[in-house]
Amino acid sequence: MKATVHITLKNGVLDPQGKAIEHALKTLGFDSVAGARQGKYIELDLDESDPARAAAQVNAMCEKLLANTVIENYQVEIAG
Amino acid sequence: MKSAIIVFPGSNRERDMALALQAASGQTPLLVWHKQDTLPAVDLIVLPGGFSHGDYLRAGAMAARAPIMAAVIAKANAGTPVLGVCNGFQILTECGLLPGALMRNAGLKFICRHVDLSVEHDNSMFTRSYANGQHLRIPAAHNDGNYFADEATLDRLEGNGQIAFRYADPSGTVSAAGNINGSQRNIAGVLNPQGNILGFMPHPENAVDPRLGGTDGAALFSGLVEALA
Repeated sequence: MKATVHITLKNGVLDPQGKAIEHALKTLGFDSVAGARQGKYIELDLDESDPARAAAQVNAMCEKLLANTVIENYQVEIAG
Repeated sequence: MKSAIIVFPGSNRERDMALALQAASGQTPLLVWHKQDTLPAVDLIVLPGGFSHGDYLRAGAMAARAPIMAAVIAKANAGTPVLGVCNGFQILTECGLLPGALMRNAGLKFICRHVDLSVEHDNSMFTRSYANGQHLRIPAAHNDGNYFADEATLDRLEGNGQIAFRYADPSGTVSAAGNINGSQRNIAGVLNPQGNILGFMPHPENAVDPRLGGTDGAALFSGLVEALA
């Protein structure tokens, strides 16, 4: 089954890349942009058929490697 | 002083570090490949600068989970001194031996120049040959040197005397103008509570030869040799 992981910076952690994106969008005339935050998106192919076990494994992967929980949050989704 | 330098794919300052250690101690450091899972008995372990694993995912993230790191962490926790410079500092935060994280420079530019520093805590084996408030100029070369930790952690670091170095302006004063990369509280170097682990963003190993623009880094190595001989 497939898993997707979104990794985002925690609130309160300055995101200079997001700021640069925000400024660039405003320069292009997108005046409605009030903020931008950049994150990561990871797709995983898992040799696993049980959604609960898959979710537990991917959460462990996030804690051990995929996210740095000092500065980042993560969100896991499991799809058949 | 017997030392071991851990080499990861993408490390690039291990030779400079070996020359600096050799000059200070008279002993040739061991170079240990990251895939080994044991370390010989040494007086100092060094995680050198570079771009281990191409900085993929996050700077230092892959290296922090390399086979050798279990041995590094075990020895560090047992009291063996560990010095992490630049990418080595990133690896020390990623593996949990030091608190906080090193994020993208606030100005989004790679910084490669001499930087001004202030010595903030001279009572450690790494800083004993400096004096508090001493102004140093040492080269830096990094893309992710922006030190972040939450306020409670920063207060704890201040209270415990764990902040070894801060970025300063050209007069040697710690100020917003001297903060090259957006680091919280201008932090450039962090000790663990026991004082046997230092993470340092600039490169003292590149400031040991007057022909290369200064020797302000040499006292870090000579101090270690005195402390560990």
